[in-house]
Amino acid sequence: MAQAVEAMRPPPAVLRFLRALLVAAAVFAALWMGLRVLRDPNVFSALGPTLSKLGQALVAMILGVGGIWALFYAANVMIEALPGRATEFLRPYVFVVPAVAVVSLYLIYPTVGTVVESFTDVPEGSDALTNYRQAFTNGDVLQAIRNNLVWLLIAPAVSVAIGLAFAALVDRVRRESVAKSFVFMPLAVSFVGAAVIWRFMYAWKPPGQPQIGVLNAIWVGAGGVLVDLGLLSEVEPVAWLQAIPWNTLALIAIMVWLQVGLAMVILSAAIKGVPPELIEAARIDGASELQTFFRITVPSIRGSILTVFTTIAIAVLKIFDIIFVTTGGNFDTSVVAVRMYQEMFRFRNFGQATTMAVILLIAVLPIMALNIRNLRRQGIGA
Amino acid sequence: MTATVARGLSVKSGRPGWLVRLTVVLIVAVWTIPSLGLLTNSFRSSVDSSSTGWWTSLFNPLATEWTLDNYNRVLTSGGLFDALINSLIVTIPSTVIPITLAAFAAFGFAWLKFRGRSLMFGVLVGLIVVPLQLALVPMLKIYQSTELTGSFLGIWLAHTGFGLPLAVFLLYNYISQLPKDIFESAYIDGASPYTAFTKLVLPLSIPALASFAILQFLWVWNDFLVALVFLGTSSDVAVLTIELASIVGSRGEAFHLLTAAAFVSMVIPMIVFLSLQRYFVRGLLAGSVKG
Repeated sequence: MAQAVEAMRPPPAVLRFLRALLVAAAVFAALWMGLRVLRDPNVFSALGPTLSKLGQALVAMILGVGGIWALFYAANVMIEALPGRATEFLRPYVFVVPAVAVVSLYLIYPTVGTVVESFTDVPEGSDALTNYRQAFTNGDVLQAIRNNLVWLLIAPAVSVAIGLAFAALVDRVRRESVAKSFVFMPLAVSFVGAAVIWRFMYAWKPPGQPQIGVLNAIWVGAGGVLVDLGLLSEVEPVAWLQAIPWNTLALIAIMVWLQVGLAMVILSAAIKGVPPELIEAARIDGASELQTFFRITVPSIRGSILTVFTTIAIAVLKIFDIIFVTTGGNFDTSVVAVRMYQEMFRFRNFGQATTMAVILLIAVLPIMALNIRNLRRQGIGA
Repeated sequence: MTATVARGLSVKSGRPGWLVRLTVVLIVAVWTIPSLGLLTNSFRSSVDSSSTGWWTSLFNPLATEWTLDNYNRVLTSGGLFDALINSLIVTIPSTVIPITLAAFAAFGFAWLKFRGRSLMFGVLVGLIVVPLQLALVPMLKIYQSTELTGSFLGIWLAHTGFGLPLAVFLLYNYISQLPKDIFESAYIDGASPYTAFTKLVLPLSIPALASFAILQFLWVWNDFLVALVFLGTSSDVAVLTIELASIVGSRGEAFHLLTAAAFVSMVIPMIVFLSLQRYFVRGLLAGSVKG
């Protein structure tokens, strides 16, 4: 009887604490072992290649998805086991410290490290600006920066223009949502996938053979008509991705194809938000449709246009995959991010690589400031 | 007057002019043809693919010899099946982990009081602006000196770190707007903040969680650079984008295989995207700040 009553009482603090430690230790041990298993691709090799791979996937899912929850659970059990005041004090940190810690490791530490390294990773006896001096006197780097500028001048503006035009026009046709989803769909395609899609569009076959790329088929077909009419002496298929300087435009077209959907969605939502009274009033005053569009609609959605523009501009400054997969930066198409990758892995020159990263950061910051100010004005930002 | 409005920009009644319709059809065509070409060519034989345009098969569907051979080849003899599984292994935890961390943090920042709150929050959200290129060199050094390089754990954590600032920002905006009363009554009933978070906040935040989940899922699935730097190209771990890029490098003119491989890499994001489009658009509108 006495023993039963004893068991009903909450266990003394020391016991609770020990139990919590046990839970935490068990979680850590399980995660540690799971990760060991995941590290070794041959654990399940007895099952044959396909099942072995699926087994590995299962372990990974349980670890990755369950592990993070187990860790929070263990941390909470530990905290609850502490004496009351310590619990109250520490509890908020259980919630926020994991995120802050991961971000400190993956963003704060390396960003500081990158900036520092760009000044310190220089040959012995050189001064701190050596990397920058080297970068800005290297023809290839200057070419990459120039290309980034061309991308920046063309891709956001063209994407916004087409997206805005399409958003305004599609608003007036039947089956609007079907038409929109066709333009929207490339947003789900990876840059690498888009690069493959467009390499096929730009495919080149020697003159005389049938062209398998859409662009060359049109080019040669239309040119052939002109030749028949005597307006042109001959027409040759074009290797679009190697034709300097047009190849950069061919690559930018890929980005535009990917990003117009983003522009269209955001601008379409904005256009629908313009008060109809405004448009009605303009029409009553005798404004034509085009005038109404440029004098009323466009100014009312200026904020959204700026948001889309800056978003695409930032993506364009960091552009990497499209160029890396199509031309590898050859034929004068390199950009800063591709150059950075080459400095890292081809030349093993971390000083130059970090310098490229800092150049990117400096290029992105003013656009970002513009974006945040704009979002604040619209009352969306933090 | 109504007639004037009807011809105006945002009212649908009244027939649009032929020029409007033509422009819409033209843009839709230009935006669809590249994907249509990819899909069509992936079902054509290697001979057809390299000797005639894919559109000839569409014009003569009955005279064309359609085949699943290309898919069979890339999935069985190529490494594409393993890459597909690797992409799942990378993407699902890389979506769940940052959402979990961000939801806990967003709740803490929104509803718990502690020292350093506004400083930590400001720094965390401010990091949205940092391009991930800034992280590459120092993190690569850490990865190469530990066992993290080429490991799934390593890439989960990398995607978590790069995705967290935006995740915290989006979830904070949502969670901080939840009504205060629900917490108070839960606390009166004796719930701890942990219970209130798991039993109340998470279920109520599903729309925000879904929006971010889709954005992050698509980013990670479609990512190339982070996988290339931290996970690498060995076939044990290579994800779809890496495998696809390596086929471009090794068999760049074999368009029958390339198109099939590219389509395999696009299927899952397409399904996610089309089925959850509503949440995706919401996330896009909120997420346009990412650096």
